[in-house]
Amino acid sequence: MSISVQLNVNGKSVKLDCPANTTLVDLIRERLELTGTHVGCDTSQCGACTVHLNGRAVKSCTILAAQCEGAEVTTIEGLGDTDNLHPMQEAFRECHGLQCGFCTPGMIMSAVDLVHREPSINERVIREGLEGNICRCTGYHNIVLAVESAAKKMRN
Amino acid sequence: MVEQSIGKSVLRKEDLRFITGNGRYTGDIDLRGQTHGYFVRSPYAHAVVGEVDTSEARSMPGVVAILTGKQVAEDELGGLPCGWMIHSKDGSEMKQPLHPVMAATKVNYVGEPVALVVADSFDEAKNAAEHVSVDYEELPAVVSTAAAQSGPDIYAEAPGNTCYQWELGEKAATDAAIEGAAHVTRYSLTNNRLIPNALEPRAAIADFNRGTEELTLYTTSQNPHLARLILTAFVQIAPEHKLRIIAPDVGGGFGSKIFVYSEETALAWASMKLGVAIKWTAERSESFLADAHGRDHVSDAELAMDEEGNFLALRVKTTANMGAYLSTFASAVPTYLYGTLLAGQYKTPNIYVEVDSVFTNTAPVDAYRGAGRPEATFLVERIVDLAAKELGVDPAELRRKNMIQPADFPYQTPVALEYDIGDYEVSLNKALEMADYAGFANRKADSEANGKLRGIGLSCYIEACGLAPSALAGALGAGVGLWESGEVRVNPTGSVTVLTGTHSHGQGHETTFAQLVASRFGISVDDVEVVHGDTGKMDFGLGTYGSRSLSVGGSALSVAADKVVEKGRKIAAHLLEGDVDNIDFEDGEFRLKESNRSKTFQEIAFAAYVPHDYPIEELEPGLAEKAFYDPVNFTYPAGTHICEVEIDPETGVTEITKFTAVDDFGTIINPMIVEGQVHGGVAQGIGQAMLEQCVYDESGQLQTGSFMDYCMPRADDLPNFTVGMTTTVCTHNPVGAKGCGEAGAIGSPPAIINAITDAVGVRDISMPATPEKVWRAIQEQRA
Amino acid sequence: MYDFNYHKPDSIDEAVQLFLGAEDGIYLAGGHTLLPSMKQRLAAPTDLIDLAGIDSLSGIEDVGADLEIGALTAHDEVATSSVVQSGIPALAELASLIGDAQVRNRGTIGGSVSNSDPAADYPAGVLGLGAEIVTNKRTIAADDFFTAMFETALEEGELLTKIKFPKPESAAYVKFPNPASRYATVGVFIALTGSGVRVAITGAAPSVFRSTDMEKALNSEFSVEALEGITLDAGEMNSDLHATAEYRAHLCTVMAKRAVLKLL
Repeated sequence: MSISVQLNVNGKSVKLDCPANTTLVDLIRERLELTGTHVGCDTSQCGACTVHLNGRAVKSCTILAAQCEGAEVTTIEGLGDTDNLHPMQEAFRECHGLQCGFCTPGMIMSAVDLVHREPSINERVIREGLEGNICRCTGYHNIVLAVESAAKKMRN
Repeated sequence: MVEQSIGKSVLRKEDLRFITGNGRYTGDIDLRGQTHGYFVRSPYAHAVVGEVDTSEARSMPGVVAILTGKQVAEDELGGLPCGWMIHSKDGSEMKQPLHPVMAATKVNYVGEPVALVVADSFDEAKNAAEHVSVDYEELPAVVSTAAAQSGPDIYAEAPGNTCYQWELGEKAATDAAIEGAAHVTRYSLTNNRLIPNALEPRAAIADFNRGTEELTLYTTSQNPHLARLILTAFVQIAPEHKLRIIAPDVGGGFGSKIFVYSEETALAWASMKLGVAIKWTAERSESFLADAHGRDHVSDAELAMDEEGNFLALRVKTTANMGAYLSTFASAVPTYLYGTLLAGQYKTPNIYVEVDSVFTNTAPVDAYRGAGRPEATFLVERIVDLAAKELGVDPAELRRKNMIQPADFPYQTPVALEYDIGDYEVSLNKALEMADYAGFANRKADSEANGKLRGIGLSCYIEACGLAPSALAGALGAGVGLWESGEVRVNPTGSVTVLTGTHSHGQGHETTFAQLVASRFGISVDDVEVVHGDTGKMDFGLGTYGSRSLSVGGSALSVAADKVVEKGRKIAAHLLEGDVDNIDFEDGEFRLKESNRSKTFQEIAFAAYVPHDYPIEELEPGLAEKAFYDPVNFTYPAGTHICEVEIDPETGVTEITKFTAVDDFGTIINPMIVEGQVHGGVAQGIGQAMLEQCVYDESGQLQTGSFMDYCMPRADDLPNFTVGMTTTVCTHNPVGAKGCGEAGAIGSPPAIINAITDAVGVRDISMPATPEKVWRAIQEQRA
Repeated sequence: MYDFNYHKPDSIDEAVQLFLGAEDGIYLAGGHTLLPSMKQRLAAPTDLIDLAGIDSLSGIEDVGADLEIGALTAHDEVATSSVVQSGIPALAELASLIGDAQVRNRGTIGGSVSNSDPAADYPAGVLGLGAEIVTNKRTIAADDFFTAMFETALEEGELLTKIKFPKPESAAYVKFPNPASRYATVGVFIALTGSGVRVAITGAAPSVFRSTDMEKALNSEFSVEALEGITLDAGEMNSDLHATAEYRAHLCTVMAKRAVLKLL
């Protein structure tokens, strides 16, 4: 079955037809060609596909495009670009919070939502708050530092 | 003058693209008109393949073609080779059963590819794959490593499922030393099987151009040139000059992307056959089934000592699981990367090791971060710890007593290696201090007052990196050279393009190598671009594995940069009207001695490319130099890791309260990147020691086939890491570097198990030390 | 996943009609159990009936003695709701321990409870609090709702619309997560209610259950010591890669003690 869906991605209105079984991540990557959002698993565990849906971090591999009718979606490309980095992007670079870069977009999107929703940010809150994102490279140490550092900037 | 950047934590040049979603991984690439591939995989661990009926699937929507293992056989493609010949102790060659690109007559592990469905879309390919009907006649499966040699034979040419029976060291002397020893510590262990799980699943796009007859293969490879060599020389897919392999951004490897696999090979073959571009991206479930796994040893060891605790001899018998086929470097892992490391940091005079490698009906097993060296280190550092407990001495002191001393270098071990340099005690002392070893008793008392158990454990590891030299490796069975290429191209404006045969997939070479070259030329890191991962761009290279990139690849670049400077001096001598012997190069300037005359690096570059005033009779124009560097020895990173744990005795839940790693990696170019490598390695070591375990059931079905069951370390499983460095500079390469990529995964597991067994007060807990195992050990200990 | 027909009704009646008219229909709430199983091709419904357009299914309301939580309410909404935090803080805490942050932003209470996953957290809260499950047809007591592994008293097409949680005097939930999946290896919910102590355990057995032994002991003396010596029958427990039945049985007692400790 084909469906029609209208949503807003990174500030741009998008209207398209797609098969009903299209996931949000397929729409983002294959139809909109925004390939910063990655797919690292098929069981909704790794978090590489994390984007913001109406301002909250979600796993875009586990949402149908159809469920996003009328929604606001932000991907890593919409968070900040090379000339205008979001403080979280900047902090990941400054703290060496990434190595291969594959989990990074999802990790950053989760971290931004974490800082938005948690009133107080500390190591424990960050570690527990990022349990839905797997990184195989960094051991998370520098990711924790990056989120702590970005949280300070985001709150100022 | 530009600030010298060696030893500085320069922020990574590659990060801007990754943090903004501008990375370009294989899966991000789409080619016009591309089709999609999906593999039909064996649901059985061991079965005869009968008729493969593709008729129904072929008629399904979008299907372009279905190719089977039988067609692979008809086309007479070569098998996937293993690149290291191991000889058994009787002199015979290892058994290397055909590893077909896709199975034609028999499948030997669950997930082995049997057919490739090519369709217009991924969904169509996957839908059709479900309708490919394969007649299987199931055979009994061999799964257990320990029991493989008594199971039914998988291959007629490998009786007892034995690939080889290898030995190293002096048996008679070792036996005699153990026989007469005052004390012998015995230890039997299993080194648990792991699944690498780089976060980017493997992927490939094969694109054959009928007009140029050129095949371009985009693939997730740590070593694209090696992949090209194997696909051309062994599998005979396409001639080497007509095959271009591009490994763009690669999302982690940890060894698993060194190897040439069935999938990209089948894709390359199919693209040539069909004349279409074909893309395949593994689903994570496929990664679990069909990526090469790691570790999987079963060992018995005996350590003999005299009355004073001096080590006299170590005897080891290991059975190593190869899985169903020999993967690209599988045979070298439990031999030359394992047996040779059993001396550790100690002056054990007699060592003898026997390794039986066995075939089982499980996925192939090959190098995973550390590759052989974690297995050796775990064995040595656990048995040394057990010895200390048995002798009633401090584990740190028993280690110290037996350590190779600085005056002993170069030190020839009884297991083939010659360590060039190190100062193990300095690392040990620094780690003990950073971990506050002296304060442990107080912390333990505090924990006990709170009803908790506390333990501390050490591991003094050594590893051998930068596998070399080529001639020695060749004599030991390696099928390839182990040098590295590098090219330094100075552009006319004085910026520099660096080409390397190594491949960066998280290690930050684009920054480290830029620092190395920029510092040599006195230019800014921003003016150096590092290019890697494309056989169409750079010279043949061996790629990235075994912590070799800086010590071997960086050395090649260092030599090439020296050549650039030498040529620059000649140009400068001409322009400055002096003798070349009187030209110094420093801080980016060529200066004529005893004058105030000089030329900048940029001026010399310009003169080389615009040779209007140039010694053209003596010197070619241009300023680009290459080097092929073949190391004279391995490098030997070493250090001490200390783990402290607190355990909840009611549940067995273990928390690492502090993890200290002190490492000697020789010269460090970028401390930030090096520390990041340590963090990542230790995280994988903690994963092995406490969380990760690949489990097959008796019929060979994978029980841990997703992140729901295979326990990956998450942020809340890990502590912050305390990282320190000591330095002895590598004596034999121009950079002085030893390599840092694997140390974390090598040093940490025994430190963790030593800490946990110390806390519980038991001899052993097998990896992974899950809460249930720890809880059971506590029950046992209290009973 | 396979293709399917997608529907987004505005009302409960329409949703039920669509379900009954479909060859193999299924309701879609947050989709965090359904979509992964469809992606794995373990489920292949012909029709997905997305409930997100039915406003009456969402929301949290304090109606005096009870909290009413709409089926489509996401875990994070429950975890962060001031109404739940003050009315039944243990339920907010339970919701905060489900899955991970992204899952909590999408997964719903109705989806979780309808699915009756033996390792899900919510069933422990529902049974432990003696909640009532309200459907488009009737109200079902929690004690009658969870019938077996992945099975409930819901009839074909019957739609869970909200859950009524009676406010206990106090309650606590303690979870021992599966280290890989983060589901409950064992989760124990203890509630002190007007009619006595209720102890509900999830993760340990094929379906959530009440431990009458623990309830009896705690009703006679509400203390950690009262649970001493109570070991559940390992023969009734699940056993898997992550925890044997014996360990699960042990954890039930340990988690129950810890829940009691939180309530003292």
